[in-house]
Amino acid sequence: MGRVLHLVGKVGTVFTDSCRTAGEVFLLLGDTLRSMVQYRLRWDQIFEQMYFIGIRSQVVVLTTGAFTGAVFAAQVWFQFKRFGMESAIGPTVSIAMCRELGPVLCCLLLAGRVGAAMAAELSSMKITEQVDALRALGVYPTEYLIVPRFLALVISAPILTGLALVTGIGCGYFVAVKIFGVDGAYYWDNTIKFTDSKDVVIALIKSFIFAIIISAIACHKGMNCPPGTAGVGKTTTEAVVNASLTLLIVNFFLTVLLNALLYSN
Amino acid sequence: MLELHGIRKSMGGQEVLRGVNLRVGPAERVVVIGRSGCGKSVMLRVIMGLLQPEAGSVVFEGKKLTGLSEEEWNPYRRKIGMLFQGAALFDSLSVFANLAFPLREQGEKSEEVLRQKVAEALRIVSLSGTEEKMPAELSGGMKKRAALARAIISRPDIMLYDEPTTGLDPIVADSINRLILHLGKMFGMASIVVTHDMVSARMVGDRISYLHEGKIYFEGTPDQVDRCQDPLVRDFVRGHAEGIGITG
Repeated sequence: MGRVLHLVGKVGTVFTDSCRTAGEVFLLLGDTLRSMVQYRLRWDQIFEQMYFIGIRSQVVVLTTGAFTGAVFAAQVWFQFKRFGMESAIGPTVSIAMCRELGPVLCCLLLAGRVGAAMAAELSSMKITEQVDALRALGVYPTEYLIVPRFLALVISAPILTGLALVTGIGCGYFVAVKIFGVDGAYYWDNTIKFTDSKDVVIALIKSFIFAIIISAIACHKGMNCPPGTAGVGKTTTEAVVNASLTLLIVNFFLTVLLNALLYSN
Repeated sequence: MLELHGIRKSMGGQEVLRGVNLRVGPAERVVVIGRSGCGKSVMLRVIMGLLQPEAGSVVFEGKKLTGLSEEEWNPYRRKIGMLFQGAALFDSLSVFANLAFPLREQGEKSEEVLRQKVAEALRIVSLSGTEEKMPAELSGGMKKRAALARAIISRPDIMLYDEPTTGLDPIVADSINRLILHLGKMFGMASIVVTHDMVSARMVGDRISYLHEGKIYFEGTPDQVDRCQDPLVRDFVRGHAEGIGITG
């Protein structure tokens, strides 16, 4: 009985902690949006962050997009060949890339690369009193530190997702047509015929919302880092894990919601 | 100029400040001493508005600051400079950018004016020629002096020093103490210096306040503190551990 009560207590603590953290993340998000309106935007910092997030993430995102498209095309070819459905490989790859693989994998990588960097940088500033120094100099930390990171990620993520889609679909074509000998004309014709602009819209909406999730969680973790260098490591790990898990869970609800909204007729 | 009335503040469930009263007059240098963890730094953070007290008020130039929003606090923060214990220079910015930061935030756009003011502030703290260095390239004492230059560049009315000599060798510590005195005289700035370094306290303080168990326990001139026969103050000033039951 004691063990059961202990377990129930633990679960309750985890639940209430999660609710409190979620509340704090939403408050930070609200504060970020308010600061975007209330203060002038620091475009130099936004561009600097976009360079780090957008340009410096291109290699990893493009490589992931390319090989995901290639592997997916190969797997689909192995299965579809048995039923003589090779001509359906193109639309299958492109729809899967647009609706799920492109935005989810691209943003999972961004959660790892950019989310970790955001959390580590902000938590280092927090424990070395730099955040307090900002406030002491009359600068609101949300406006100076969080808004540029938030905007840079929210702008960069859909662009990077678009690039991942193009390389993924392109590599899928290369694998299916050039390696497995599928008819190229059929491949493109079916891809264009069955891939709707709504599929691309879904990819962009998803990556936009995932970017909000990643930046909000990473910045919240960074700004609430416990003292000490061990806190920086713990904060960075938690930021990546929490952002990735939240992204995957939200992806399910987004999939249902967007399909209901865009394909209801 | 600056008054604290009955400041109470808890940290991690423990009441650190239990009704602190303190008054600092124009151009006066008040040193707050006390054992590690007694709440000296917390007190400075409350004064700066970085922490909100649970009770009591901070009054600066006749205006009650406690309870103001972050935006309402900002104009007053520009009149109060603070030197942080770890210097807190922005490590992604050069020394020049660090010093120019508060001026740029106050709307100064002329690079020529910025360059002049930064050069002057660096000259005051004897760091001329370090404009292009990054904080990681500076020693501990140089970081403190650069941070001090950043804090005074906007000519605040009062400076808060959080353990300005901690972790520095005696020569560098002496140079920081001289700087505190020099800045006070040069610009007529009032100062609150939090320290447990008695050499520093005697050197820079017009008045010394001993913070004990969350309250100002004793106040007096450096001479009065040295002559004080209260066992708690005497043991602290002389650095004796017998008072807390630790003997050799």
